[in-house]
Amino acid sequence: MARRSGRTRPFKPRYPPWLTAPSFLYYAVFFLGPMAILVGFSLATQTGFNAIRYGFDTSQYLLIAQRLYLSIFQRTLVMAFLGTLLTVAVGYPVAYWMARHLSTYKMLALLLVVVPFWTSFLIRTYALKIILDPQGYLAQNLGINIQYTKYAVGIGLVYNYLPLFILPVFASLERMDWSLIEAATDLGARPFKAFREITLRLTLPGVVTGALLVFIPMTGEYIIPNILGGGKYEFVGNLVGDQFAEAQNQPFGSALAIGLMAALSIFVIVYILVATKEERFGV
Amino acid sequence: MSRVVTAKRGFTAWAALVFAFLYLPILVMAVFAFDKPSPEALASFKGSNACSLPPDQIGNVTVWNGFTTCWFSAGLHDPTYIPAIITSLEIAAAASIIATILGLCAALALARLRPKLRAPFDVIVYLTLVVPEIVIAVASLIFFVQFRQYFHAFPRLGKATILLGQVVFNASLAMLIIRARFVGMGDTLEEAAYDLGSGPLSTFRQVTLPRLMPALVAAALLSFTFSFDDYVLPAFTNGTTNTWPIVLYSAVRFGITPAVNALATIMLGVTVAAVVVTALILRRSRVRVGPGQEGTRGLAAAVGLG
Repeated sequence: MARRSGRTRPFKPRYPPWLTAPSFLYYAVFFLGPMAILVGFSLATQTGFNAIRYGFDTSQYLLIAQRLYLSIFQRTLVMAFLGTLLTVAVGYPVAYWMARHLSTYKMLALLLVVVPFWTSFLIRTYALKIILDPQGYLAQNLGINIQYTKYAVGIGLVYNYLPLFILPVFASLERMDWSLIEAATDLGARPFKAFREITLRLTLPGVVTGALLVFIPMTGEYIIPNILGGGKYEFVGNLVGDQFAEAQNQPFGSALAIGLMAALSIFVIVYILVATKEERFGV
Repeated sequence: MSRVVTAKRGFTAWAALVFAFLYLPILVMAVFAFDKPSPEALASFKGSNACSLPPDQIGNVTVWNGFTTCWFSAGLHDPTYIPAIITSLEIAAAASIIATILGLCAALALARLRPKLRAPFDVIVYLTLVVPEIVIAVASLIFFVQFRQYFHAFPRLGKATILLGQVVFNASLAMLIIRARFVGMGDTLEEAAYDLGSGPLSTFRQVTLPRLMPALVAAALLSFTFSFDDYVLPAFTNGTTNTWPIVLYSAVRFGITPAVNALATIMLGVTVAAVVVTALILRRSRVRVGPGQEGTRGLAAAVGLG
């Protein structure tokens, strides 16, 4: 508009680029630095207790290829994937209900979704353990005795990450124009078809974001398998932690950590490609 | 019409179930703060205050043994928990201030930077959020230990290293929240300020900063919460320092007492009370502000939604 009237904007407010310098430096030292050393360690050789020699030793990576470790990688990814699916199935209807059917109490419901975050993650996980205790109500009266099993770990995953999924999906449902649904049903679409063709498609970006937001930390989960799995159902994160906290095999732990990042990135890339297929090819 | 009503009922029932699922553990936590030591433990106990029993002698407290309130005072006088909570509060306060300032600076510059220059920075920011925390934790552990071998001035593992590690993640989070608000604000008001002769600094102070306030508050609160509740990174970079999540974790593994539940319940109560008060104040100020939805936005910010 400015151009058409022959008047150019005299000045566009900008902030100097050097303002990024403090955080850039900070990341360079305290994020990229540790990552670089991690790579260095993963290629180093353990020469004794807590002593290593730098080099280009790939034997740690070959060690991961053993069946025992591969099965833990597989378990971690499968559990995170199933946990994410379950979170989507449980959380989407709640977000939908909040956006579609609530008006006065919308803010309150939103608050109720967030409040669990203000209680320690550890305490909540521990409380779940109390609920699943073999001497507790569930086990004694309903016969659901699942403490220290994969089911307990799965429940823990869904429980802890559910709010993180509901929030972005709720945000995308809030932006929905519900008159589109009215138009579709007026034109004869059945409610479910209208939902699938309109609501689901329009909120897909929110679902993709939310799923990613829970899948990533689930894959790196450390606390839940420890407390609810009782050490019998370890994730890769626990394996990494053990190499540093107990076994003191830091090169192997570093290689495992890098393996975890690699597995996660492959999964995330495939996921993004699949999830955005529709947008890119317009199926 | 009736089908719509049934669907609505179905959704409401489902939501009620899910909220029950979300709150059941929190309720359990609060209820078990009032649990007595097991009858066997009490039978052999001679003293007057049952809550002074050492953790390994209170018996099974994952079942209901009876009502007592003594854990609250036991918790508030605990020699390990209280210092750990104070340490956690200190680290969280420092982390949230540093992260918000770093995030603010980066957000201001990045929002109006050319995409080509912005991209590398964005990649690093997203990496800090995507890399699993356990990986950052062990990497930071190695880094801090190695760094100190070459630079002796570098702090030992402890409060300082926990803080240094946590700021990475929190600064990214703060930057994203602040930048979203900053981009959404547009630059017309700042332009107007410049046109009216205001310099860059006073424009920032009088125009940009006040409008960014909700995002700054949200970023600081969220950083504080994440830092305070963070277990994994401190567990590896703490040296001998105890934070609240660290003592909680060892309590969970080696015998928890209801004193822990009591402390957690108090903290949740304080937080909820603070939020309710904030919400009420904001609601009042919204009436005075008149048009616009600043009030609800403020609440969303207070809740930590940006």
